[in-house]
Amino acid sequence: MRAARDVSRSVLPLSLEGVGYAVGGKPLLSDITLRIEAGRRLIVMGANGAGKSLFLRLCHGLIDPTTGRRFWAGGEDRAEAQAMVFQRPVLLRRSVAANLNYPLVLKALPRAQRRETVARTLERFGLTPLADRPARLLSGGEQQRLALARAWAMRPEVLFLDEPSSALDPSATRIIEEMVEQFSAEGITIVMTTHNLGQARRLAEEVAVLHRGRLIEHRSAAEFFAGPCAPEARAFLAGDLVW
Amino acid sequence: MDGPFATALSLIASGDPGLMQIIGLSLRVTLTAVLIACAVGLPLGAALALARFPGRGAVIVLFNALMGLPPVVAGLVVYLLLSRSGPLGSLALLFTPTAMIIAQTLLILPIVVSLTRSVVEDLWAEYREQLRSLGAGRLRAVPTLLWDGRVSLLTGVLAGFGRASAEVGAVLIVGGNIAGHTRTMTTAITLETSRGNLGLAVALGIILMMLTLTLNAAAWGAGQWARGRLG
Repeated sequence: MRAARDVSRSVLPLSLEGVGYAVGGKPLLSDITLRIEAGRRLIVMGANGAGKSLFLRLCHGLIDPTTGRRFWAGGEDRAEAQAMVFQRPVLLRRSVAANLNYPLVLKALPRAQRRETVARTLERFGLTPLADRPARLLSGGEQQRLALARAWAMRPEVLFLDEPSSALDPSATRIIEEMVEQFSAEGITIVMTTHNLGQARRLAEEVAVLHRGRLIEHRSAAEFFAGPCAPEARAFLAGDLVW
Repeated sequence: MDGPFATALSLIASGDPGLMQIIGLSLRVTLTAVLIACAVGLPLGAALALARFPGRGAVIVLFNALMGLPPVVAGLVVYLLLSRSGPLGSLALLFTPTAMIIAQTLLILPIVVSLTRSVVEDLWAEYREQLRSLGAGRLRAVPTLLWDGRVSLLTGVLAGFGRASAEVGAVLIVGGNIAGHTRTMTTAITLETSRGNLGLAVALGIILMMLTLTLNAAAWGAGQWARGRLG
Protein backbone atom coordinates (compact mmCIF):
# COMPACT_ATOMS: atom_id res chain seq x y z
CA MET A 1 0.00 0.00 0.00
CA ARG A 2 1.08 3.54 -0.46
CA ALA A 3 1.88 5.88 2.35
CA ALA A 4 -0.72 8.47 3.18
CA ARG A 5 -0.35 11.53 1.01
CA ASP A 6 0.95 14.77 2.31
CA VAL A 7 -2.14 16.85 1.70
CA SER A 8 -0.40 20.13 2.36
CA ARG A 9 1.82 19.47 -0.67
CA SER A 10 -1.03 18.46 -2.94
CA VAL A 11 -1.13 20.03 -6.40
CA LEU A 12 -4.91 19.75 -6.41
CA PRO A 13 -7.40 21.20 -6.91
CA LEU A 14 -6.65 22.19 -10.49
CA SER A 15 -8.55 25.26 -11.60
CA LEU A 16 -9.30 26.39 -15.11
CA GLU A 17 -10.65 29.90 -15.46
CA GLY A 18 -12.12 30.93 -18.79
CA VAL A 19 -9.59 28.74 -20.54
CA GLY A 20 -9.50 28.65 -24.32
CA TYR A 21 -7.18 27.13 -26.86
CA ALA A 22 -7.00 28.31 -30.44
CA VAL A 23 -4.83 27.30 -33.36
CA GLY A 24 -4.41 29.84 -36.13
CA GLY A 25 -7.35 31.87 -34.82
CA LYS A 26 -9.64 28.86 -34.85
CA PRO A 27 -10.92 28.16 -31.33
CA LEU A 28 -10.76 24.48 -30.43
CA LEU A 29 -11.59 24.95 -26.76
CA SER A 30 -13.36 28.02 -25.46
CA ASP A 31 -14.23 29.55 -22.14
CA ILE A 32 -13.82 26.49 -19.93
CA THR A 33 -14.14 27.15 -16.21
CA LEU A 34 -13.79 24.11 -13.99
CA ARG A 35 -12.27 22.92 -10.74
CA ILE A 36 -10.86 19.43 -10.41
CA GLU A 37 -10.90 18.44 -6.74
CA ALA A 38 -8.47 16.04 -5.12
CA GLY A 39 -9.49 12.40 -4.93
CA ARG A 40 -12.42 12.58 -7.36
CA ARG A 41 -13.14 10.58 -10.50
CA LEU A 42 -14.10 13.01 -13.23
CA ILE A 43 -15.32 11.55 -16.48
CA VAL A 44 -15.19 13.84 -19.50
CA MET A 45 -17.64 12.94 -22.23
CA GLY A 46 -18.34 14.24 -25.67
CA ALA A 47 -18.37 13.19 -29.30
CA ASN A 48 -15.29 12.82 -31.46
CA GLY A 49 -13.82 16.25 -32.11
CA ALA A 50 -15.54 17.81 -29.10
CA GLY A 51 -12.11 18.59 -27.65
CA LYS A 52 -11.77 15.87 -25.02
CA SER A 53 -8.16 14.97 -25.83
CA LEU A 54 -7.16 18.62 -26.10
CA PHE A 55 -8.79 19.26 -22.75
CA LEU A 56 -6.71 16.54 -21.12
CA ARG A 57 -3.50 17.74 -22.80
CA LEU A 58 -4.24 21.23 -21.62
CA CYS A 59 -4.83 20.10 -18.02
CA HIS A 60 -1.67 17.97 -18.12
CA GLY A 61 0.40 20.86 -19.43
CA LEU A 62 1.31 19.41 -22.82
CA ILE A 63 -0.30 22.48 -24.35
CA ASP A 64 -0.86 25.88 -22.79
CA PRO A 65 -4.12 27.83 -22.91
CA THR A 66 -4.15 30.70 -25.38
CA THR A 67 -6.70 32.52 -23.23
CA GLY A 68 -7.69 32.23 -19.59
CA ARG A 69 -5.77 30.74 -16.71
CA ARG A 70 -4.82 27.27 -15.55
CA PHE A 71 -3.48 26.94 -12.06
CA TRP A 72 -2.69 24.28 -9.53
CA ALA A 73 -3.27 24.61 -5.82
CA GLY A 74 0.41 24.84 -4.99
CA GLY A 75 0.94 27.54 -7.59
CA GLU A 76 3.44 25.35 -9.47
CA ASP A 77 2.34 22.72 -11.93
CA ARG A 78 4.61 20.00 -10.47
CA ALA A 79 4.85 17.71 -13.48
CA GLU A 80 6.05 14.82 -11.35
CA ALA A 81 2.70 14.81 -9.52
CA GLN A 82 0.88 14.05 -12.78
CA ALA A 83 0.76 11.19 -15.21
CA MET A 84 -1.17 10.57 -18.39
CA VAL A 85 -2.20 7.48 -20.31
CA PHE A 86 -2.76 8.21 -23.97
CA GLN A 87 -5.35 6.68 -26.22
CA ARG A 88 -2.53 5.03 -28.12
CA PRO A 89 0.25 4.93 -25.55
CA VAL A 90 3.81 4.91 -26.83
CA LEU A 91 5.71 1.99 -25.42
CA LEU A 92 9.45 2.07 -25.86
CA ARG A 93 11.14 -0.56 -28.02
CA ARG A 94 12.44 -2.49 -25.05
CA SER A 95 11.20 -4.98 -22.50
CA VAL A 96 8.14 -4.58 -20.29
CA ALA A 97 10.34 -4.15 -17.21
CA ALA A 98 12.52 -1.57 -18.99
CA ASN A 99 9.40 0.40 -19.90
CA LEU A 100 8.43 0.56 -16.23
CA ASN A 101 11.98 1.51 -15.27
CA TYR A 102 12.29 4.36 -17.77
CA PRO A 103 10.23 7.09 -16.04
CA LEU A 104 11.84 6.14 -12.72
CA VAL A 105 15.25 6.83 -14.23
CA LEU A 106 13.91 10.22 -15.32
CA LYS A 107 12.80 10.83 -11.75
CA ALA A 108 16.38 10.04 -10.69
CA LEU A 109 15.36 7.32 -8.23
CA PRO A 110 18.29 5.27 -6.94
CA ARG A 111 18.82 1.93 -8.66
CA ALA A 112 17.77 -0.23 -5.71
CA GLN A 113 14.53 1.67 -5.31
CA ARG A 114 13.84 1.47 -9.05
CA ARG A 115 14.34 -2.28 -9.05
CA GLU A 116 12.02 -2.66 -6.10
CA THR A 117 9.33 -0.42 -7.65
CA VAL A 118 9.52 -2.23 -10.99
CA ALA A 119 9.22 -5.64 -9.32
CA ARG A 120 6.30 -4.48 -7.18
CA THR A 121 4.50 -2.94 -10.16
CA LEU A 122 4.99 -6.04 -12.32
CA GLU A 123 3.68 -8.20 -9.50
CA ARG A 124 0.72 -6.05 -8.69
CA PHE A 125 -0.63 -5.87 -12.25
CA GLY A 126 0.10 -9.46 -13.18
CA LEU A 127 2.86 -8.48 -15.57
CA THR A 128 5.66 -10.50 -13.95
CA PRO A 129 5.47 -13.33 -16.53
CA LEU A 130 5.78 -10.71 -19.28
CA ALA A 131 8.66 -8.79 -17.68
CA ASP A 132 11.27 -9.68 -20.30
CA ARG A 133 8.95 -9.59 -23.29
CA PRO A 134 9.38 -6.73 -25.78
CA ALA A 135 6.61 -4.26 -24.95
CA ARG A 136 5.74 -3.61 -28.59
CA LEU A 137 4.84 -7.23 -29.14
CA LEU A 138 2.22 -7.43 -26.39
CA SER A 139 -1.48 -7.61 -27.25
CA GLY A 140 -3.48 -4.38 -27.24
CA GLY A 141 -4.95 -5.13 -23.82
CA GLU A 142 -1.56 -6.01 -22.34
CA GLN A 143 -0.04 -2.86 -23.81
CA GLN A 144 -2.70 -0.67 -22.26
CA ARG A 145 -2.30 -2.49 -18.93
CA LEU A 146 1.44 -1.80 -19.09
CA ALA A 147 0.77 1.86 -19.90
CA LEU A 148 -1.45 2.16 -16.82
CA ALA A 149 1.07 0.30 -14.68
CA ARG A 150 3.82 2.62 -15.92
CA ALA A 151 1.72 5.63 -14.95
CA TRP A 152 0.98 4.11 -11.54
CA ALA A 153 4.67 3.41 -10.88
CA MET A 154 5.28 7.15 -11.22
CA ARG A 155 3.13 7.67 -8.10
CA PRO A 156 1.07 10.54 -9.50
CA GLU A 157 -1.48 12.52 -7.51
CA VAL A 158 -3.57 12.97 -10.59
CA LEU A 159 -3.86 10.62 -13.55
CA PHE A 160 -5.24 11.73 -16.90
CA LEU A 161 -6.61 8.97 -19.11
CA ASP A 162 -7.54 9.57 -22.74
CA GLU A 163 -10.09 6.95 -23.77
CA PRO A 164 -7.89 4.19 -22.39
CA SER A 165 -10.16 1.36 -23.48
CA SER A 166 -11.58 2.65 -26.76
CA ALA A 167 -9.62 0.11 -28.81
CA LEU A 168 -10.05 -2.84 -26.46
CA ASP A 169 -12.43 -5.78 -26.23
CA PRO A 170 -14.87 -6.05 -23.29
CA SER A 171 -12.66 -8.23 -21.08
CA ALA A 172 -9.60 -6.01 -21.54
CA THR A 173 -11.83 -2.99 -20.95
CA ARG A 174 -12.98 -4.54 -17.71
CA ILE A 175 -9.39 -4.97 -16.51
CA ILE A 176 -8.62 -1.34 -17.33
CA GLU A 177 -11.72 -0.14 -15.48
CA GLU A 178 -10.78 -2.20 -12.44
CA MET A 179 -7.32 -0.68 -12.49
CA VAL A 180 -8.80 2.81 -12.64
CA GLU A 181 -11.07 2.00 -9.69
CA GLN A 182 -8.12 0.71 -7.67
CA PHE A 183 -6.07 3.81 -8.43
CA SER A 184 -8.99 5.93 -7.34
CA ALA A 185 -9.38 3.92 -4.12
CA GLU A 186 -5.73 4.68 -3.35
CA GLY A 187 -6.49 8.36 -3.54
CA ILE A 188 -5.26 9.12 -7.05
CA THR A 189 -7.43 11.74 -8.70
CA ILE A 190 -8.78 10.45 -12.00
CA VAL A 191 -9.62 12.58 -15.01
CA MET A 192 -10.71 10.34 -17.86
CA THR A 193 -12.34 10.87 -21.22
CA THR A 194 -14.70 8.42 -22.81
CA HIS A 195 -17.51 8.36 -25.30
CA ASN A 196 -18.84 5.16 -23.83
CA LEU A 197 -21.91 5.90 -21.74
CA GLY A 198 -21.82 2.58 -19.90
CA GLN A 199 -18.24 3.19 -18.88
CA ALA A 200 -19.12 6.68 -17.67
CA ARG A 201 -21.97 5.25 -15.55
CA ARG A 202 -19.65 2.66 -14.04
CA LEU A 203 -16.78 4.98 -13.20
CA ALA A 204 -17.97 8.55 -12.83
CA GLU A 205 -18.31 10.49 -9.61
CA GLU A 206 -18.48 13.70 -11.60
CA VAL A 207 -19.33 14.17 -15.24
CA ALA A 208 -18.21 16.95 -17.55
CA VAL A 209 -19.56 17.16 -21.08
CA LEU A 210 -17.76 18.93 -23.88
CA HIS A 211 -19.59 20.01 -26.99
CA ARG A 212 -17.71 21.73 -29.82
CA GLY A 213 -14.96 22.86 -27.49
CA ARG A 214 -17.28 24.19 -24.81
CA LEU A 215 -18.05 22.80 -21.40
CA ILE A 216 -21.83 22.40 -21.38
CA GLU A 217 -22.19 20.28 -18.22
CA HIS A 218 -20.22 19.65 -15.08
CA ARG A 219 -22.13 17.94 -12.27
CA SER A 220 -22.08 14.98 -9.97
CA ALA A 221 -22.69 11.71 -11.75
CA ALA A 222 -25.90 11.06 -9.80
CA GLU A 223 -27.39 14.38 -10.87
CA PHE A 224 -26.15 14.06 -14.40
CA PHE A 225 -27.59 10.62 -15.04
CA ALA A 226 -30.86 11.67 -13.38
CA GLY A 227 -31.25 14.21 -16.15
CA PRO A 228 -28.74 16.74 -17.48
CA CYS A 229 -29.85 20.26 -18.30
CA ALA A 230 -28.17 21.02 -21.56
CA PRO A 231 -30.21 19.74 -24.52
CA GLU A 232 -27.10 18.33 -26.24
CA ALA A 233 -26.21 16.39 -23.11
CA ARG A 234 -29.78 15.11 -22.80
CA ALA A 235 -29.67 13.96 -26.37
CA PHE A 236 -26.34 12.26 -25.76
CA LEU A 237 -27.80 10.35 -22.83
CA ALA A 238 -30.81 9.35 -24.87
CA GLY A 239 -28.46 8.04 -27.54
CA ASP A 240 -29.55 10.49 -30.21
CA LEU A 241 -27.11 11.29 -32.97
CA VAL A 242 -27.12 15.06 -32.65
CA TRP A 243 -23.34 15.11 -32.33
CA MET B 1 50.66 -18.03 -67.09
CA ASP B 2 47.53 -18.50 -64.99
CA GLY B 3 44.51 -16.29 -65.49
CA PRO B 4 43.85 -13.49 -63.01
CA PHE B 5 41.20 -15.51 -61.16
CA ALA B 6 43.51 -18.43 -60.48
CA THR B 7 46.22 -16.06 -59.25
CA ALA B 8 43.68 -14.28 -57.11
CA LEU B 9 42.46 -17.47 -55.49
CA SER B 10 45.95 -18.71 -54.74
CA LEU B 11 46.86 -15.34 -53.22
CA ILE B 12 43.79 -15.49 -51.00
CA ALA B 13 44.27 -19.16 -50.13
CA SER B 14 47.93 -18.71 -49.20
CA GLY B 15 47.15 -15.68 -47.03
CA ASP B 16 49.73 -13.57 -48.87
CA PRO B 17 51.22 -11.15 -46.30
CA GLY B 18 51.18 -8.18 -48.69
CA LEU B 19 47.52 -8.81 -49.38
CA MET B 20 46.70 -9.20 -45.69
CA GLN B 21 48.51 -5.97 -44.85
CA ILE B 22 46.43 -4.07 -47.42
CA ILE B 23 43.19 -5.57 -46.14
CA GLY B 24 44.11 -4.81 -42.54
CA LEU B 25 44.89 -1.18 -43.28
CA SER B 26 41.69 -0.72 -45.29
CA LEU B 27 39.59 -2.09 -42.49
CA ARG B 28 41.39 -0.07 -39.86
CA VAL B 29 40.96 3.20 -41.76
CA THR B 30 37.34 2.67 -42.72
CA LEU B 31 36.15 1.28 -39.39
CA THR B 32 37.85 4.08 -37.47
CA ALA B 33 36.21 6.62 -39.78
CA VAL B 34 32.82 4.96 -39.26
CA LEU B 35 33.28 5.05 -35.47
CA ILE B 36 34.22 8.73 -35.44
CA ALA B 37 31.40 9.62 -37.83
CA CYS B 38 28.92 7.80 -35.57
CA ALA B 39 30.24 9.37 -32.39
CA VAL B 40 29.75 12.80 -33.94
CA GLY B 41 26.93 12.14 -36.41
CA LEU B 42 24.39 10.30 -34.25
CA PRO B 43 24.05 13.01 -31.59
CA LEU B 44 24.38 15.74 -34.21
CA GLY B 45 21.65 14.23 -36.40
CA ALA B 46 19.38 13.76 -33.39
CA ALA B 47 19.99 17.33 -32.24
CA LEU B 48 19.17 18.56 -35.74
CA ALA B 49 15.92 16.58 -35.60
CA LEU B 50 14.80 18.08 -32.30
CA ALA B 51 16.24 21.60 -32.36
CA ARG B 52 14.46 24.55 -33.92
CA PHE B 53 16.66 27.45 -34.96
CA PRO B 54 16.84 29.90 -37.85
CA GLY B 55 18.72 28.37 -40.76
CA ARG B 56 17.86 24.81 -39.72
CA GLY B 57 16.45 24.10 -43.16
CA ALA B 58 19.66 25.27 -44.80
CA VAL B 59 21.75 23.02 -42.54
CA ILE B 60 19.55 20.02 -43.38
CA VAL B 61 19.83 20.71 -47.10
CA LEU B 62 23.59 21.12 -46.76
CA PHE B 63 24.01 17.75 -45.05
CA ASN B 64 21.71 16.08 -47.57
CA ALA B 65 23.78 17.57 -50.40
CA LEU B 66 27.03 16.50 -48.78
CA MET B 67 25.86 12.89 -48.96
CA GLY B 68 26.73 13.22 -52.63
CA LEU B 69 30.11 14.86 -52.00
CA PRO B 70 32.53 13.36 -54.56
CA PRO B 71 35.31 11.52 -52.70
CA VAL B 72 38.00 13.27 -54.74
CA VAL B 73 36.66 16.63 -53.58
CA ALA B 74 36.69 15.46 -49.95
CA GLY B 75 40.25 14.29 -50.54
CA LEU B 76 41.19 17.61 -52.08
CA VAL B 77 39.77 19.56 -49.12
CA VAL B 78 41.64 17.44 -46.59
CA TYR B 79 44.76 17.67 -48.77
CA LEU B 80 44.61 21.46 -48.75
CA LEU B 81 44.12 21.48 -44.96
CA LEU B 82 46.96 19.09 -44.25
CA SER B 83 49.49 20.02 -46.92
CA ARG B 84 52.67 21.64 -45.65
CA SER B 85 51.46 25.15 -46.45
CA GLY B 86 47.92 24.45 -45.25
CA PRO B 87 46.45 25.53 -41.91
CA LEU B 88 47.12 22.13 -40.33
CA GLY B 89 50.36 21.50 -42.20
CA SER B 90 52.47 21.57 -39.05
CA LEU B 91 50.85 18.33 -37.89
CA ALA B 92 52.58 16.51 -40.75
CA LEU B 93 49.61 14.21 -41.27
CA LEU B 94 49.51 14.17 -45.07
CA PHE B 95 50.19 10.73 -46.58
CA THR B 96 49.46 8.95 -43.31
CA PRO B 97 46.57 6.62 -42.39
CA THR B 98 45.33 9.39 -40.08
CA ALA B 99 44.79 11.69 -43.04
CA MET B 100 42.85 8.92 -44.75
CA ILE B 101 40.68 8.49 -41.68
CA ILE B 102 39.92 12.21 -41.63
CA ALA B 103 38.96 12.23 -45.30
CA GLN B 104 36.72 9.19 -44.97
CA THR B 105 35.07 10.58 -41.84
CA LEU B 106 34.17 13.61 -43.94
CA LEU B 107 32.51 11.31 -46.47
CA ILE B 108 30.55 9.24 -43.93
CA LEU B 109 29.46 12.00 -41.59
CA PRO B 110 26.78 13.54 -43.86
CA ILE B 111 25.20 10.11 -44.40
CA VAL B 112 25.04 9.39 -40.69
CA VAL B 113 23.77 12.88 -39.85
CA SER B 114 21.07 12.95 -42.52
CA LEU B 115 19.79 9.45 -41.86
CA THR B 116 19.81 9.96 -38.12
CA ARG B 117 17.91 13.21 -38.49
CA SER B 118 15.25 11.61 -40.62
CA VAL B 119 14.84 8.55 -38.35
CA VAL B 120 14.82 10.56 -35.12
CA GLU B 121 12.44 13.17 -36.53
CA ASP B 122 9.88 10.48 -37.36
CA LEU B 123 10.24 8.86 -33.95
CA TRP B 124 9.98 12.21 -32.20
CA ALA B 125 6.65 12.90 -33.89
CA GLU B 126 5.36 9.67 -32.38
CA TYR B 127 7.09 9.86 -28.98
CA ARG B 128 7.04 13.56 -28.24
CA GLU B 129 3.99 13.89 -26.01
CA GLN B 130 4.54 10.57 -24.28
CA LEU B 131 8.14 11.40 -23.42
CA ARG B 132 7.19 14.84 -22.17
CA SER B 133 4.48 13.29 -20.06
CA LEU B 134 6.95 10.80 -18.60
CA GLY B 135 9.25 13.68 -17.75
CA ALA B 136 11.84 13.66 -20.54
CA GLY B 137 12.78 17.00 -22.05
CA ARG B 138 14.24 17.40 -25.53
CA LEU B 139 17.81 16.84 -24.43
CA ARG B 140 16.96 13.73 -22.42
CA ALA B 141 14.91 12.45 -25.34
CA VAL B 142 17.99 12.26 -27.61
CA PRO B 143 19.52 9.03 -26.21
CA THR B 144 16.05 7.48 -25.87
CA LEU B 145 15.20 8.17 -29.50
CA LEU B 146 18.59 7.00 -30.75
CA TRP B 147 18.20 3.75 -28.84
CA ASP B 148 14.63 3.17 -30.01
CA GLY B 149 15.69 3.92 -33.58
CA ARG B 150 18.68 1.59 -33.41
CA VAL B 151 17.50 -0.83 -36.07
CA SER B 152 16.86 1.87 -38.66
CA LEU B 153 20.04 3.70 -37.72
CA LEU B 154 22.10 0.61 -38.41
CA THR B 155 21.18 0.98 -42.09
CA GLY B 156 22.62 4.48 -42.13
CA VAL B 157 25.83 3.39 -40.47
CA LEU B 158 26.14 0.57 -42.96
CA ALA B 159 25.59 2.90 -45.90
CA GLY B 160 28.40 5.01 -44.49
CA PHE B 161 30.68 2.01 -44.21
CA GLY B 162 29.82 1.00 -47.76
CA ARG B 163 30.62 4.40 -49.11
CA ALA B 164 33.97 4.62 -47.34
CA SER B 165 35.15 1.13 -48.16
CA ALA B 166 34.30 1.56 -51.84
CA GLU B 167 35.81 4.96 -52.50
CA VAL B 168 39.24 5.52 -54.08
CA GLY B 169 39.51 9.24 -54.63
CA ALA B 170 39.86 10.53 -51.09
CA VAL B 171 42.31 7.94 -49.76
CA LEU B 172 44.38 8.16 -52.93
CA ILE B 173 44.82 11.93 -52.69
CA VAL B 174 45.52 12.23 -48.96
CA GLY B 175 47.18 8.81 -48.51
CA GLY B 176 49.35 8.76 -51.58
CA ASN B 177 49.01 4.99 -52.12
CA ILE B 178 52.38 4.29 -50.52
CA ALA B 179 53.10 0.54 -50.48
CA GLY B 180 53.02 -0.94 -47.00
CA HIS B 181 51.95 2.38 -45.51
CA THR B 182 48.85 3.91 -47.04
CA ARG B 183 47.86 1.39 -49.71
CA THR B 184 44.26 0.26 -49.34
CA MET B 185 42.24 -2.28 -51.26
CA THR B 186 40.72 0.28 -53.61
CA THR B 187 43.92 2.19 -54.32
CA ALA B 188 45.77 -1.08 -54.82
CA ILE B 189 43.15 -2.26 -57.31
CA THR B 190 43.55 0.98 -59.27
CA LEU B 191 47.32 0.70 -59.32
CA GLU B 192 47.64 -3.02 -60.02
CA THR B 193 45.09 -2.85 -62.83
CA SER B 194 47.00 -0.05 -64.52
CA ARG B 195 50.19 -2.07 -64.13
CA GLY B 196 48.57 -5.12 -65.67
CA ASN B 197 48.94 -7.07 -62.43
CA LEU B 198 45.39 -8.33 -62.63
CA GLY B 199 45.73 -11.24 -60.21
CA LEU B 200 46.21 -9.05 -57.17
CA ALA B 201 43.55 -6.60 -58.39
CA VAL B 202 40.99 -9.37 -58.80
CA ALA B 203 41.90 -10.89 -55.42
CA LEU B 204 41.30 -7.55 -53.74
CA GLY B 205 38.09 -7.04 -55.70
CA ILE B 206 36.77 -10.41 -54.56
CA ILE B 207 37.64 -9.72 -50.95
CA LEU B 208 36.07 -6.26 -51.07
CA MET B 209 32.87 -7.75 -52.46
CA MET B 210 32.83 -10.55 -49.89
CA LEU B 211 33.36 -8.09 -47.10
CA THR B 212 30.51 -5.85 -48.21
CA LEU B 213 28.26 -8.84 -48.74
CA THR B 214 29.04 -10.31 -45.32
CA LEU B 215 28.48 -7.02 -43.54
CA ASN B 216 25.19 -6.37 -45.29
CA ALA B 217 23.99 -9.89 -44.64
CA ALA B 218 24.86 -9.53 -40.97
CA ALA B 219 23.12 -6.18 -40.72
CA TRP B 220 20.03 -7.44 -42.53
CA GLY B 221 19.92 -10.48 -40.27
CA ALA B 222 20.31 -8.31 -37.20
CA GLY B 223 17.53 -6.04 -38.43
CA GLN B 224 15.18 -8.95 -39.06
CA TRP B 225 15.99 -10.45 -35.69
CA ALA B 226 15.46 -7.14 -33.90
CA ARG B 227 12.15 -6.50 -35.65
CA GLY B 228 10.89 -9.89 -34.55
CA ARG B 229 12.29 -9.45 -31.09
CA LEU B 230 11.53 -5.79 -30.39
CA GLY B 231 8.50 -4.99 -32.51
